[in-house]
This record gives sequence, structure tokens and C-alpha cells, in this order.
Amino acid sequence: MTSLLAVDNVTQRFGRLVAVNGVSMLVEPGELHAVIGPNGAGKTTFFNLVSGLFPPTSGRIYFDGQDITALAAHQRVALGIARTFQVTEIFPELTVNENVRIAVEATCGHHLRLFLPRRLEAEVRERTRELLDTAGLAGKSDRLVGELSHGDQRATEIVMSLALEPRLLLLDEPTAGMSDQETYAIAQLIRRLHRERRLTIVLIEHDMRVIFHLADRITVMAEGALLAQGSPDEIGRDESVQAAYLGSPR
Amino acid sequence: MRALPRRAPDLLVWALLIAMPWWMPAIGGYTELASRVVVMGLAALALNFLLGYTGVLSFGHAAYFGLGAYGAAMTLKYLAPSTGLAIVVGVVAGTAAALLIGALIVKLRGVYFAMVTIAFGQVFYFVTFRWNSVTGGDDGLTGWSRQPLRLGPLALDIQHGERTFYYFALALFALAAAGMAALLRSPFGRTLLAIRENERRARFLGIPVERHLWFSFVISCLFTSLAGALFALLNNFTDPRALRWDLSGNFVIMAVLGGMRSFWGPLVGAGVFVLLQDFISTRTQNWMSLVGAIFVLVVLFFPRGVLGVVRRRTTA
Repeated sequence: MTSLLAVDNVTQRFGRLVAVNGVSMLVEPGELHAVIGPNGAGKTTFFNLVSGLFPPTSGRIYFDGQDITALAAHQRVALGIARTFQVTEIFPELTVNENVRIAVEATCGHHLRLFLPRRLEAEVRERTRELLDTAGLAGKSDRLVGELSHGDQRATEIVMSLALEPRLLLLDEPTAGMSDQETYAIAQLIRRLHRERRLTIVLIEHDMRVIFHLADRITVMAEGALLAQGSPDEIGRDESVQAAYLGSPR
Repeated sequence: MRALPRRAPDLLVWALLIAMPWWMPAIGGYTELASRVVVMGLAALALNFLLGYTGVLSFGHAAYFGLGAYGAAMTLKYLAPSTGLAIVVGVVAGTAAALLIGALIVKLRGVYFAMVTIAFGQVFYFVTFRWNSVTGGDDGLTGWSRQPLRLGPLALDIQHGERTFYYFALALFALAAAGMAALLRSPFGRTLLAIRENERRARFLGIPVERHLWFSFVISCLFTSLAGALFALLNNFTDPRALRWDLSGNFVIMAVLGGMRSFWGPLVGAGVFVLLQDFISTRTQNWMSLVGAIFVLVVLFFPRGVLGVVRRRTTA
């Protein structure tokens, strides 16, 4: 069986800084893979490389067996790689409904159309409504996204990524800056997507409760390099991880 | 249910535009001034397609306005006595330049984009300024005039009838405005809003952002060059000021003054600007300082422009 995502010895330099240093990683279909590590470990840069924000200095990235190293971001989206950002990236002055609808239209390739025939219009509306229901946002669909709570903005962003019908979803710290209650709601949403839709997810996260609750496998990064990989149990026992990240036992 | 109040502003705008030749003299204007409001309004709406609805600031739109003007003027002077052909040539000239320049600059953002649009604009300005034998240089292009329109058996004397020309210009304005409004309501238009709101998110929805910016730039320039062609026809004259960068600045001022987040805002801004220009410049050379002062006050106290304020009052 081929891995859905295979990252092979990827390095990213910014001038003299080596942000990501020879990291390799395999993500199997249906897996929920968490990437953890202290601040500045290079996790977000790693995501940027996988999603195509910029090409790596060296190394190769394969998606479903295809070499995507040289593909632009929107081409990777077309293959089925969707992502969210550490700082929520949405369309603040548009309504929740418009936000999701734009994502649906982009997915269906309608973004250059000057009008939608009635059949396609109905399809787009139906799909938008379904997605809003998934995240419990149906009741807020006419509000401007910029006016919603942080948690609802996050949920909107995740739903917009889902509109792309991704085969791989990259979530960059989805619960950052959230209250416990909001964190719980987002964790439940991610769990449902993983369990019910069998969606393959790679997740950067700091909240250990979320990680050990959700993840099938964990990759630990430190100072740009790969520190350890394994199941949550293995990572919890790994001494180098404890020393670098969880704090050394006294 | 909300259809009626939502259509109300549109109806008001169209009523005011259709009746303008009557109310313009009442506030001290004249028919040509009404035509100038419509033509500048079209240019400001077109600029705002890019500025307000795509989120990209161009400081070089006068280039396409001027290409429209010179395209129309030179067609009538050198090619054929046909107003229709003149407009077509003007629009094609402006749009072709926008296709080319747009493709070169869509990767730039923010102040860099604005600077490069100025630079390209000034290229066209100096060409017309220097090329005396063809463009008339600094003195402008004279010795031609717009011709009566013949549409089959129907003849419209837009050459001598100022009012007839006004309605001719208004008809083209209406077509252009309806076209832009339809574009903005389409999935394509929604995608432009998405790019304005958050380019990065748009990109990661799989939208090829540069291509959409390019299309938006070209559409905006197409309608701007239509306005330029009409401006030359209105004056039976054009000179290099029609493509100078300060005119580009005026378009931006009109859009911001009226409110760039509302469709009709730039038209209102253009109306205020053109009327102030006409009324004050007969009394003082320094009319621009007053317009500047008003502009500063609007930006400081009503950042959403004149229509932004009206809208907030009516919805609150």
C-alpha cells in the first residue's frame, strides 16, 4: 500500500537559518497524524512546504505516489490537499454562507463562471447548506464571519477546507487561543471528520489533551529536525521527547 | 421580501441620472457638465471594480482613459467619420494595453502594484506628449469632431444636440454599469470579493489568484477606456492630460470620496468632484485645495465615503 503523503528528506533554508532540516514522514490513508514540537521547531514551515506555499530547498514530496514538489498551491488543492492556518484565514466582511459558498464554487470550478444555470445553483446551495450543518453553523449563516466568536471562525475555516473535498486535510493549530469549551467543540468536529468520513488529517497542535485524544500517530520536531515518530504511547514514553519537549523528569 | 427597499437606491440613482439635464441648470450647471459627471462617474465605477471589489489600488488608470480618448479622437481625425468606430477603436486600444500590462504586473501587490501602474501610465503620457506629428503633443488633438450616429433608419444628432449626446453617453453608461453589476453578482465576482478579503485563503481554495486579478484589471480598464473615448467625444478634443497620473489620482479620490464599498459610491464621488471643480474653478485657480480639504475630512471622519454614511443611517 502506498502512503497518501510521503515527505522525503525535505530541507528549507531561509538565508542562514535552516527552518526544516532533512525531515521525512509518511502519512497512511485514514490516519490522523499529529505534528508536535516546541515553538520554532519548524512545524508551520513544514506545513507550508507540504501545502505548496513555497518549494523546499531540497528533498521531495509525494502525494498518492505522484511527485508534487514543483506544483503550485492551487494545483495541490486540485489534487486534494486542503489546509487551515495558524491565524484563521477567512473572508471577514462576507457572511458565513458566502464564505462557504465561495469555497464550494471554487471546488466545482465555477469561479470563472458569469452565471450558474438553475441546476448548478441548486447544487451549490445544497452543498453549502450541508457543510454549514456539519459544523453547526446553519443558524449563523447570514452573519458576517468577522463578527463571530473565535471558535466559530475556526469552524468556518475548517468547513471551507472540507468544501474542497480534500483527501488530505492539514490543520495548523486549530485550537490555538481558544477557551476549553471551544477547544472541545473543535476537537469533536475533527474527531467526527476522522472517524465518520475516514478523512486523512495532519494536525499541528500544542494542546496535549487534544493530541492524545485524537492522534493515531505522532511526529515530534525540534529545531527543524525530526526527533521521534510513533504511536501516542511510544511518544509518551520516549525519553528524548520528554527531555526536549515535555520537560525532563526530576 | 426585501426586494423593494433593496432596489430603491438603484431606482433613485437612475431617476436622478435620467432627469439630470433638467436639474443640472437649476443648481447652476449646464448639459455638458451633466455629461461630464456621467463620463467621470463611469471611469470611477470602473476603477472601483478593481479597487473596491478586488482590493487592488491602481494609480495608472488615466493611461487607459487616455488611450480610449486618443483612440477615439485619432480614428475620427485620421481614419473615418464614424462615432461608433471611434468608440470601438478607443476601447480596443485601452483594453489591449491593459491585457499586456496587466499580465506583467499581476504578481505585484500593494504599493508596488500602484507604483508600477503609475510608471506604465507615464510612459503613455510622454509618448503622446512628445509625438507631436501624430498626437498634437502638448496642444492636444484638434481638428475633428464627433459625428451624428446612424443606426439603420434612425439618425441621432449627437454632434450638435448636447442633450442628445448626454443621453447617448448615459445609455453607454447604463450598459457598462449593468455589465459590471452582473459580473459582481456572478460566481466570478464573488471570487474577486474573496481575493479582496483574503488572498491567501482564496489561493488555498484552489483559486488561481493572479489570473483573476488580471481579468479584473482588464475589465476595469475596458470600462475606463470607454469612459475616455466618451470624454474625448464630449469635448471634441483631447490632450495629454487625459493620460497624466494626476487624473489617475482623481479617479481614486472620486471612488474614496463617494464610498468604494458601495456600487454607486464612486458615481456620487465623481458628481461631487466634477461639480466642485466646475463651480470653484470659475472663482479661484486653487480649487484643488478645497477638494483636497474635503477629501481629507471625508477620509478622517467618514472612511466609508459619502454613501457609506447614508447606508449606515438607513440601516441603523
